[in-house]
Amino acid sequence: MNNFKRVFSYLVLVLASIISVFPFIWMIVSSTNKSVEVTKGRLLPGSNFIENFQNLLETANLGTALWNSAKISIITTVLAMLIASLAGYGFEIYKSKAKDIVFNILLLSMMIPFAALMVPLFRMFGTVAQTFPLIGIDTLTAVILPTVTTAFLIFFFRQSTKMFSKDILEAGRIDGLTELGVFFRVYVPTMKTTYAAAAIITFMASWNNYLWPLVVLQSPEKQTIPLLISNLGSSYAPDYGMIMTAIVIATLPAALIFFIMQKHFVAGMMGSVK
Amino acid sequence: MIVVKGIQSTRMTKSSKKFRVKNAMIGWSFIAIAVIMICLFYFYPMIQALILSFQSGMGANLHFIGFDNYIRLFKDPIFLTTVKNTVIYLLIQVPVMIILALFLSVLLNNKMLKLKGVFRTAIFLPCVTSLVAYSVIFKYLFAQDGIINNMLINLSLISEPIQWLTDPFWAKVTIIVAITWRWTGYNMIFFLSALQNVDESIYEAAKIDGASSLQQFFKITIPMLKPIILFTTITSTIGTLQLFDEVMNITKGGPGNATMTISQYIYNLSFKYTPDFGYAATVSYAIVILIVFFSIIQFKVAGDKNE
Repeated sequence: MNNFKRVFSYLVLVLASIISVFPFIWMIVSSTNKSVEVTKGRLLPGSNFIENFQNLLETANLGTALWNSAKISIITTVLAMLIASLAGYGFEIYKSKAKDIVFNILLLSMMIPFAALMVPLFRMFGTVAQTFPLIGIDTLTAVILPTVTTAFLIFFFRQSTKMFSKDILEAGRIDGLTELGVFFRVYVPTMKTTYAAAAIITFMASWNNYLWPLVVLQSPEKQTIPLLISNLGSSYAPDYGMIMTAIVIATLPAALIFFIMQKHFVAGMMGSVK
Repeated sequence: MIVVKGIQSTRMTKSSKKFRVKNAMIGWSFIAIAVIMICLFYFYPMIQALILSFQSGMGANLHFIGFDNYIRLFKDPIFLTTVKNTVIYLLIQVPVMIILALFLSVLLNNKMLKLKGVFRTAIFLPCVTSLVAYSVIFKYLFAQDGIINNMLINLSLISEPIQWLTDPFWAKVTIIVAITWRWTGYNMIFFLSALQNVDESIYEAAKIDGASSLQQFFKITIPMLKPIILFTTITSTIGTLQLFDEVMNITKGGPGNATMTISQYIYNLSFKYTPDFGYAATVSYAIVILIVFFSIIQFKVAGDKNE
C-alpha cells in the first residue's frame, strides 16, 4: 500500500467514524446539560443529569415503559428462538421436496410490508378481544404474537444448520435419544453462536419496535419505550436535556447487549451470509 | 434466489424408504408451529387486506364497492405524492448507502490497516439505536437552531441556517441522511464478512497480471460479492419502501406532505383521519406491488451474468 492510499484510507475511515459516533456523543453530553445549554450547542458534559432524570420520572412513566419493553422483548426472543430454530432444523435435517416448497412460500412473507399487515392485524385482534380480552387489542400478548415468527429467522437457522455436522446427530440417535432429544441435547448446545446472534437480532428488533405497538397499544400504562420517546420528542416545548436522558436510558440496554455479544453477532451474520 | 440454490446443492444422501417416511412425519412436526404462525400473521392478514381493499365505509361498517378504491388511488393526490416521495428515497438512498458501505468495507478489509476493530465498531454503532431514538436525535441535530446549522455557519459554509425540517427539499435530504447514517454500518458488516471469504490468491494473481486497485475492485470484488450485494440491496429496498418510524418522528410527514411515505399514509388513513380501513388496505397493496416490482428488477439486473 503506497503512502497516498494509506493516508486516504485512514482519512476516510476516521471521518466515517466521527460521523457515526458524533450523534451518540451529542446525546450523552446533552443528557448532562440543561435544555438551554443544549440549544446553545454546548458540547461539554455538564452536571444536570440527575435533575434531567428526576424531571423525566415526573413527566413520563419511565419505569412502567421499561418494564413493558423488557417483558415484550424477552418473551418475544425466547419464543422466537424456539419456533425458528425448530423450523430451521426441521427444514434442513428432514429435507423433502414438499418441505422445500413450503419453505420457499414462507420466504415470500419477507416481501410483505408490515404496513400492509397492520390494518387486518388490528381488526383481527379487535375481534379476538371481544371473546378473549387478555390477548386482544391493548395487551402485550397482541404486541408479541405477530412479531414472534419471521421467515428471516427460520432462514437464518436453516443456513446455519447446513454447516452443522450430521454425524453428531447420528451419534445422538445411536445413544438412544429421541428426535426431539437429539434437537435439544445435541443441536441446541452446539449451536450457541447461532442462537446468540439470532437472539440479539430479535431482542433489538423487539426492543425498538414502534409501528405495531403504536397501533395496538392504547392505554398509557401499556406504553413501551419507543412510544414514550416518540411522545416526548413530539412535544411543542421540548426539554432537550430530559429527552436526551430518556434516549440514553432507552439505548443503553440494546447497546450493552450488543457490546457483550458483539463477537457472536458478527459470527452469526457471517453464518447467514455463507 | 440465493436460497433456492443452496437447497438444491445439498441432498439427503443415505436413507432407507421406511426411515424417510417416519422422518417426514417428525420433520413436519418440527416446522408446524412456524408454518401456522406465518400463515396466521402474514398470509391470512394479506388475504383479509385483499378483501378489505374492495370494501369501503367508516370503521367497522364496511360494504363491497368493487374496484372503486383502486380507481380512487390514481386520482388521490396525497397517495401519488407519497409514492413519489417513497420512490425518491429509494432511488437515492439505497444506491448511496450500498456504494458507501462497499467502499468502507473494502478500506477496512486491508490487511495492513491498524485499528480495524475500532473503525468497524464505530461505523457499526448507529445500528444499536432504536429507529425512534435516532430519529428524535436527528430532529434536534437538524433543527433550525440546531447544532448542524451552527457548525455549518461557524465553518462559514453557509451564511444563514438551512431549513432542514421545514423546506420540502431539505426535509427529504434530512430523512435520506438520517437513514444512511443508521444503516450504512449494518450493510458494511455483510460486505466485510463476505470479503473475508474471498480467496487472497485471486488478488495476488491479479496483481501479478498488473491489475490496478480499481480494476481489482470492479473485476474481482464486485463479481465476488454479487450475491451479497443483491441480498443487501433487496433488504434495503424492502426497508425503504416501508419507511415509517423516521418520517413520523423527524418531520411527521411535513412540510405539507413533502416527506410523507406510503406506510405513513396507510397509518393516517386507518388511525389518524376518520378510519377508512378499506382504502388503507388498497394503498397497502400498492407497497406490495412496488416491492415485487423492484425486487424483480434487481434480480434481473444482478441475475443475468451470474447464473
